Amino acid sequence: MSDRLQRALGRIPLHLVLLLIVLIWLVPSFGLLVSSFRPAEAISSSGWWTVFDPPTEFTLDLYEEALTAQNMGRSFINSLFITIPATIIPIMAAAFAAYAFAWLEFPGRNILFTLVVGLLVVPLQLTFIPILQLYNRVGMTGTFVGLWLAHAAYGMPFAVYLLRNSVGGLPRDLFESAYLDGASSFDIFYRIVLPLVVPAIASLVIFQFLWVWNDLLVALIFLGGNPSVAPMTVTIANLVNSLGGGWQVLTAAAFISMALPLLVFFSLQRYFVRGILAGSVKG
Amino acid sequence: MASITFEHVWKRFGDVIAVQDLDIFIEDQEFLVFVGPSGCGKSTSLRMLAGLDEITEGTIKIGDRVVNDVPPKDRNIAMVFQSYALYPHMSVYDNMAFGLKLRKTPKQEIDKRVKEAGSLLGIENLLDRKPKQLSGGQRQRVALGRAIVRDPAVFLMDEPLSNLDAKLRVQTRSEISKLHQRLATTFIYVTHDQTEAMTMGSRICVLKDGIMMQIDTPQGLYDYPDNVFVAGFIGSPAMNFFDVTMVEQDGDLYVDSGTFRLKLPPEKAQAAKPYAGQEVVCGVRPEDIHDREFTPPGIRAEPMTAEVDVTELMGNEVFVYLLTGKKQFIARVDPRTKAKVGKEMDVVFNMENVHLFDRKTEDVIR
Repeated sequence: MSDRLQRALGRIPLHLVLLLIVLIWLVPSFGLLVSSFRPAEAISSSGWWTVFDPPTEFTLDLYEEALTAQNMGRSFINSLFITIPATIIPIMAAAFAAYAFAWLEFPGRNILFTLVVGLLVVPLQLTFIPILQLYNRVGMTGTFVGLWLAHAAYGMPFAVYLLRNSVGGLPRDLFESAYLDGASSFDIFYRIVLPLVVPAIASLVIFQFLWVWNDLLVALIFLGGNPSVAPMTVTIANLVNSLGGGWQVLTAAAFISMALPLLVFFSLQRYFVRGILAGSVKG
Repeated sequence: MASITFEHVWKRFGDVIAVQDLDIFIEDQEFLVFVGPSGCGKSTSLRMLAGLDEITEGTIKIGDRVVNDVPPKDRNIAMVFQSYALYPHMSVYDNMAFGLKLRKTPKQEIDKRVKEAGSLLGIENLLDRKPKQLSGGQRQRVALGRAIVRDPAVFLMDEPLSNLDAKLRVQTRSEISKLHQRLATTFIYVTHDQTEAMTMGSRICVLKDGIMMQIDTPQGLYDYPDNVFVAGFIGSPAMNFFDVTMVEQDGDLYVDSGTFRLKLPPEKAQAAKPYAGQEVVCGVRPEDIHDREFTPPGIRAEPMTAEVDVTELMGNEVFVYLLTGKKQFIARVDPRTKAKVGKEMDVVFNMENVHLFDRKTEDVIR
């Protein structure tokens, strides 16, 4: 009993630090949420914390404005159309690569792996001009395919790195056993490896989905300003006029664009947590 | 139904020689055990036969077919791994059916075989479970079942019992032996545990540093070890070894350790004659050393005296750790012994079962 008490007491500093981090993280988001329900004039004249001091006025005006803004529905579809393939393509490819890097023997395996992981340090801005030149030459600028490939390439190094560790952590006996059972490398990949690295893949899906969904820069560069292909991030950024007026509507737009990622996160987070714990609990 | 032939098989990993010139013929339906300390090449030999490791030199045949370049799945073998290697995301049923599904066996046939194997192993009520819901012993059975459903010509087992607790190990040992009789196929079994080897194998191949030291039936290995290594490895507690000099006196041969001198019986003396005056190794099993008071009748007993260092009562017998000079040795004596720690004890050696080895080559003198 006193043991447990002592342990609980020992954890207090840890919990305090966690609480502090959570607060630092959440307060601005909470402020944003509160602001998004206030009238635009109120946002520009007083801080969000004044809502705790009645009378307060809440309204859905900003949401209405953001949702009915020109092209918003279209760009939601565009965002989905960009994000889903840009999530699936690199993770699928990375899973194949991870299996090969972890378990297939071929010359130069380690050097290749080091190279791929080394790409993590290349800033993506560095790649814009050469890739754009290439895309212009082959006519892929402003197309979804071009953007998918760009996102796939940017996401791959991390995906390969994470999945290789995960696939490499599977016991060798499993592969040998399957091999003796008559499984080909493809059988082993689809029937053994993929089901066993679902937690790692779920984590990657979350990362990659959020990154692509929230991306403004890459989309802007490779798609240009064409509204028919613009994702939500681009359309939302356009809500603000060139002099920065009307920024209040961004508060509501931000929450609208957050809705889907939140859904993805909460539906996958049970795998996510399991993935983190996978190594620490003896199965 | 298949015999297995290793013909001058070598395995090298870079500069390291894992298996050296292994040459064995294993008959159909035999239960052969590879035994030896870790790193002796026993698992590597098995893995070469399975096709998981390549053969550096030599040939391996299953039946009459050279399998050096045959992929594992076409060798008609099944293997049970030390870790069981069950597929964690599949049910017991699917684990057992996996190999058959890949071979496009008809569904009904799969179902029949899995259920048969399940009832043979007493796991028919676990078929829907996942491996993590099973105990160690149950997992072990599933691993066996996965091999059985394939109906292979050869069963390979790589230390399948070493993850079980002592009691379960003994039980499973006899079950595997029964399985072997029932399935009437060739079993090849790898272990580092000489007890497992002795109790299960119809023949045992003892390996050390990649070299086959001896291959024989369990009793043959026990009674006629070819060298010091096999003599010391087989049997528990292990054989006692004394560094002795062969002394000739009045036409008789004696082994003299400096603290005791024992006369060799005529048959032994015959073979040892050329070693007269030389130093040899004399091996005596603990059960061939008796309390003089309880000397069994009809043995060729030679007396000596030693100091009792430790006694361990096992119930049906007593292990007495004795000291002669600085040399400690073990006797396995009648539980009625009056041996007292720190006191002298009179013992006799059964000279008929004494083993003599060349000091340099460590080979038996026969």
